[in-house]
Amino acid sequence: MAERQPMPLQDPEERRRNFNEVALGYTEEQAVAEAARCLQCKDPKCVQGCPVNIDIPAFIACVAERDFDEAIRTIKLTNALPAVCGRVCPQEVQCEQYCVLAKKGQPIAIGRLERFAADHESTGGVAAPHKVKSTGKKVAVVGSGPAGLTAAADLAKAGHSVTIFESLHEPGGVLTYGIPEFRLPKAIVRQEVDYIKQLGVDIKVDYVIGKIKTLDELRDEFDAVFLGTGAGLPNFMGIEGENLNGVYSANEFLTRVNLMKAFRFPDYDTPIKRGKKVIVVGGGNVAMDAARCALRLGADEVSIVYRRSEDELPARREEVENAKEEGIIFRLLTNPVRILGDDKMNVKSVECIRMELGEPDASGRRRPVSVKGSEHEIEADTVIIAIGTSPNPIIFSGSDGLESTSKGTIVVDDTGMSSLPGVCAGGDVVTGAATVISAMGAGKLAAQTINDHLGKQ
Amino acid sequence: MVHQVHLMKVFAPDVARAAKPGQFVIIRIDEQSERIPLTIADYSVEESSVTIIFQEMGKTTKQLATLNAQDTLQDFVGPLGTPSEIEKLGTVVMVGGGVGVAPAYPQAKAYKAAGNKVMTIIGARSENLLILEEEMRAVSDELLVCTDDGTKGHHGFVTDVLQRLLQNGEHVDRVVAIGPPIMMRAVAGVTKPFGIQTIVSLNPIMIDGTGMCGGCRVSVDGKTKFACVDGPEFDAHKVDFNLLMSRLAVYRDEEGISIKKHECTCGGGQ
Ligand SMILES: Cc1cc2nc3c(=O)[nH]c(=O)nc-3n(C[C@H](O)[C@H](O)[C@H](O)COP(=O)(O)OP(=O)(O)OC[C@H]3O[C@@H](n4cnc5c(N)ncnc54)[C@H](O)[C@@H]3O)c2cc1C
Ligand SMILES: Cc1cc2nc3c(=O)[nH]c(=O)nc-3n(C[C@H](O)[C@H](O)[C@H](O)COP(=O)(O)OP(=O)(O)OC[C@H]3O[C@@H](n4cnc5c(N)ncnc54)[C@H](O)[C@@H]3O)c2cc1C
Ligand code: SF4
Ligand code: SF4
Ligand code: FES
Repeated sequence: MAERQPMPLQDPEERRRNFNEVALGYTEEQAVAEAARCLQCKDPKCVQGCPVNIDIPAFIACVAERDFDEAIRTIKLTNALPAVCGRVCPQEVQCEQYCVLAKKGQPIAIGRLERFAADHESTGGVAAPHKVKSTGKKVAVVGSGPAGLTAAADLAKAGHSVTIFESLHEPGGVLTYGIPEFRLPKAIVRQEVDYIKQLGVDIKVDYVIGKIKTLDELRDEFDAVFLGTGAGLPNFMGIEGENLNGVYSANEFLTRVNLMKAFRFPDYDTPIKRGKKVIVVGGGNVAMDAARCALRLGADEVSIVYRRSEDELPARREEVENAKEEGIIFRLLTNPVRILGDDKMNVKSVECIRMELGEPDASGRRRPVSVKGSEHEIEADTVIIAIGTSPNPIIFSGSDGLESTSKGTIVVDDTGMSSLPGVCAGGDVVTGAATVISAMGAGKLAAQTINDHLGKQ
Repeated sequence: MVHQVHLMKVFAPDVARAAKPGQFVIIRIDEQSERIPLTIADYSVEESSVTIIFQEMGKTTKQLATLNAQDTLQDFVGPLGTPSEIEKLGTVVMVGGGVGVAPAYPQAKAYKAAGNKVMTIIGARSENLLILEEEMRAVSDELLVCTDDGTKGHHGFVTDVLQRLLQNGEHVDRVVAIGPPIMMRAVAGVTKPFGIQTIVSLNPIMIDGTGMCGGCRVSVDGKTKFACVDGPEFDAHKVDFNLLMSRLAVYRDEEGISIKKHECTCGGGQ
């Protein structure tokens, strides 16, 4: 059987200093060859791994036959953001993990093919969505991340009049402010957002629900509401020195770089400190993105400090490999104890301690415990904290009845309905920080629930 | 208004409807601009307008000053922050320094409306930099003016006037101070021995203004707070002003680059 087609990448020496996309995408020949490897299973296991149930064998068959238009049409039946998902889904734990060929380590590159089909469409012009009959119902969607965009698309397709309220000045949620240009070009996010606008969705930016209007007011004005406000509140460790100059939350660092385009300072006005020795604390996608941005801003040395071992790194495999190729240093089984500053309150180093893996904890992963006496200092002028985020509580102000957990996530039933009738929620605000595609799955489910709810009114 | 201080009325019906004293907006002039926070200095539901008053500091505020009536801003987000807790207490002293008089004004008005005796102290470097004197007089039971150079009112700082007022035995239930961090720190120092509750409005560097970046963090009573959502108002006696001032200076080099570039393209600026 033919080998899985490798992804063409920008050369590591080049890309570590620019913000252009790292993965260049399959050529037509590669895509067709990769698609031809698919066994077209009668009972396709791959689909189980896709939270939005794309008909994977069907679209792959189209690619194999070079009917790329039909391929993207098939994908778009269930996925409004294919160019995004094809790039950022952690396929190794989703669709590709379930592919029958995964057992031999050679699953079909489903994500890459999806990206290929989506990119092919965007170069060849977007298929105009057909208009549907209006139901006369109004739905408000709060948040324009993947959950909100997906819910809005499905609700608009069902004929409802949909308004998205977004607190930032650009739609897209994490896709816009968090994930960097070199992994997900913003032009792609904009295209996907434009597609959703073409469906008739009205997007109001600069509109913070909980401040300019409360959820209760939205409930009066609209027949139903979807909350997809994400998990955007950065957590800090609570260690000494975290407020020193040069310590950023990953959110701040990435927002400056991606949303505010600080990497193009002074053409763009927002500044950022271009550190020479940078330490990023954490091991997820967010940590990888922050580290790789710091490198591209001109750092001499960027290290990831993570308290568990390589096997537990929660980031996408592909991005860990890419980061290593670019020269990011991985200081595994290491944990920061405190951050030290100079007399001007600027960061000068981080004191860390070595860790070892002990007994498994509640999550089944072995718990890291510190090794006594192994404290050591690592020089740094910039420290980026990427240890996770929680839901932003602003949405709760002015609405008492919305039930939440101790972690601040919104409680929903298995249809996505919250404790308030007619108010659904989904994505990171329900699950805590998760993935783009799971947020989209939740948006789809909620759209269905809202549809049923409105049908009964 | 006066040298390098400008007043702008912005048509923003939804923001005007929701605004309360103590809150702020974040604006972006155009696609390349920074997001900068400015306090809501006044608002009118009838006119659907929000008033901002700003001082030219660096690139963004200087660029903002070049806009003309009818121009539009790319973004105007608000109202943000927790509104001031305005209640009937008795006597409230409002202290405003420099452009800090602007955010103090809607609060003075609200404290007065709530039935308090409002004594206001406003100060500036020089007479020609004093703002909102008449407006403040109209909403205060007593207005005390001072200038650093003695060109108007008391010759000296707002803290001198406040100190004298307290030493003269004036019973004060709350002091609200808004101005440069150094002034707010000095006010906190004056009121502390008298045990008077003192509120300050902090101005750290912000981006989103919704609690999402943590860039605006300040230390209050040893705990980290996000000024944009937990504040901007805090108990002055618990604020770590040194941290605030040091964090405000983080981008000094970059601000220099921005302003140079701006002045080159603008033919010299002012
Ligand atoms: C740096 C980074 C890298 C990541 N990499 C990957 C990856 O490679 N693959 C992957 O699958 N996942 C990745 N993730 C996770 C993924 O991006 C999130 O799980 C996903 O975006 C969640 O979608 P959401 O729609 O629930 O929320 P978000 O994308 O967070 O969007 C929420 C939106 O709601 C807005 N909002 C919040 N409160 C209000 C309010 N009160 N009023 C109005 N608007 C409001 C916010 O501004 C935001 O735009 C990454 C996350 C980060 C931060
Ligand atoms: C809640 C709040 C309310 C404010 N209200 C007013 C007001 O009513 N009137 C007024 O004149 N000013 C106000 N400010 C200060 C105003 O935001 C800054 O003067 C402005 O951002 C300076 O931008 P610049 O590009 O002109 O100057 P720069 O050259 O960029 O900076 C000059 C100084 O302003 C501060 N600053 C820079 N960027 C920011 C930022 N993004 N956020 C906050 N501070 C920054 C820094 O200390 C810097 O040293 C307020 C600040 C906050 C946080
Ligand atoms: S959306 Fe994600 S999980 Fe679904 S097929 Fe595409 S890459 Fe796989
Ligand atoms: S499981 Fe793998 S081989 Fe089978 S249809 Fe899905 S992608 Fe093709
Ligand atoms: S300005 Fe970003 S959290 Fe306050």
